[in-house]
Amino acid sequence: MIDSPDTNPLDPSAPLDPLPGHVSRGRLERVLRRGEFAVTAELNPPDSADPQEVYDRAAIFDGWVDGINAVDASGANCHMSSVGICALLTRMGYAPIMQIACRDKNRIAIQGDVLGAAAMGVANMLCLTGDGVQAGDQPGAKPVFDLDCMSLLETVRTMRDEQRFLSGRPITSPPHVFLGAAINPFAPPYDFRPHRLAKKIAAGAQFVQSQYCYDVPMLREYMKRVVDMGLHEKCFILVGVGPLASAKTAKWMRSNVPGVHIPDAVIKRLEGAEKQKREGKRLCIDIMNEVKEIEGVSGVHVMAYRQEEFVAEIVHESGVLKGRKPWHRESRPDDAVIAERLEEIMAEETERPAAIVADVVDSN
Amino acid sequence: MAAEPAAGAATAKPKAGKKPATAYVPAGVSPVSRARKAYTIRLWSVRHARFLEWVYARFSGMFLTLHPLWNAVGYQRAEAPVKFVEKRVKGLLFDCRMCGQCILSSTGMSCPMNCPKQLRNGPCGGVRANGHCEVEPDMPCVWVQAWKGTEPMREGRTNIMNVQKPVDQSLRETSAWLRVTANAAAGKEAARNPAQ
Repeated sequence: MIDSPDTNPLDPSAPLDPLPGHVSRGRLERVLRRGEFAVTAELNPPDSADPQEVYDRAAIFDGWVDGINAVDASGANCHMSSVGICALLTRMGYAPIMQIACRDKNRIAIQGDVLGAAAMGVANMLCLTGDGVQAGDQPGAKPVFDLDCMSLLETVRTMRDEQRFLSGRPITSPPHVFLGAAINPFAPPYDFRPHRLAKKIAAGAQFVQSQYCYDVPMLREYMKRVVDMGLHEKCFILVGVGPLASAKTAKWMRSNVPGVHIPDAVIKRLEGAEKQKREGKRLCIDIMNEVKEIEGVSGVHVMAYRQEEFVAEIVHESGVLKGRKPWHRESRPDDAVIAERLEEIMAEETERPAAIVADVVDSN
Repeated sequence: MAAEPAAGAATAKPKAGKKPATAYVPAGVSPVSRARKAYTIRLWSVRHARFLEWVYARFSGMFLTLHPLWNAVGYQRAEAPVKFVEKRVKGLLFDCRMCGQCILSSTGMSCPMNCPKQLRNGPCGGVRANGHCEVEPDMPCVWVQAWKGTEPMREGRTNIMNVQKPVDQSLRETSAWLRVTANAAAGKEAARNPAQ
């Protein structure tokens, strides 16, 4: 890999050499600190225990993104856990961004997961509050919310910088993670939002990813205040973008997905288009082109839910990478053999305990 | 025998996803399940946050001067009656949840424990465009209210910027008034006898 300095020459899945001024040994932080326009994408988590599904879904982004977000039951819908996805991705050398939501785990579980994930090579963590359980497929679940995103940031920062748990108990080897948070400039109270970012930075956020941006003037206003406060120098800001599949999807999203703001003009533009899907992609590219020019924006976060295959095209056409080629996984000679064998193993029937016990009951 | 229900459940599984059309849902039980309230008094408190800040400053001063009394009675023994009063007064004014570590003066007199996510550091990203809660669409977001409430307050806008520590669940259902007073008295004591 001559074109990418962000690879460990001995083993692509191993951590990188620590650099001065860097807290993590990951690729994303290096890209951002070099001042390059970063691109991250969101992996649609499988409802399955098959590792190959995760690999396939990550391979779509190969060579187009600097980091892959592993969502933590986003929208309160149950999927493969972010820790699990991250563990798989680090094996392959990808740079996952592990999302941690406060909705499902208390402080004991979260701190344990942070250590576990860091040990597996996760270099980026994104601290979130999480959507309410009412938004998901299991509204009867108990909402935990033991920490909030702010105290979570502070907790992980303390673990990393002061080498101790929230309780004060020492950690022998701290988790070297690049800490992220989420922002939503598109929800009230609007004039509190920049201050909230300041608070998140004070709590430990080093990069932030925003909610879907479909209202660029609103983002501009927010970013103006952020730049006035000097926050863009203390934190890398990645703006969330994504293609809308149709006007219908857009309407559904704005009334059902918490915190998504889609102006009427966007919906009108989609409705007026002959091919709505293509127009949605076009719109996403247009927004990316506008966003990359805004002062203080360090990158984009592409959330192409169920349209992951378009990420490469969108990133390419928007030209945000300026010809740069992010790290991509070199296939190894034994990859095909391993994949084939894995498929065989996964396809084989395993015993079902209920069936065994049924036999016993019959024989009685 | 124990296997039977398991086997039964396995065969019944494909149907489990579908709810019978006539499933009975009792009133008030839903993912957004809190008894509907008018939130009138809570909102009044936010509107009068400056006044309440003033009242609380006087009140906490008075409570601190009563420190010898609390000491004589014993903070342990004072806990029950004080909590009784505190719970009702704050319950009426703020819909207090007795977290035991009151931060109303940092949140514009809008109790953050009323947030379904119990956020103590600001609004989540799910606030609706009309300023209402994501989880409970009928409730005005406590943090939108908090931001309003802090505006007229003397220390409000400074305090709201502080990063709050996670809630200590072991302090639930205890008196915040007595704890603040005891800590303040201890601080005073320490200032008087720095040698100790």
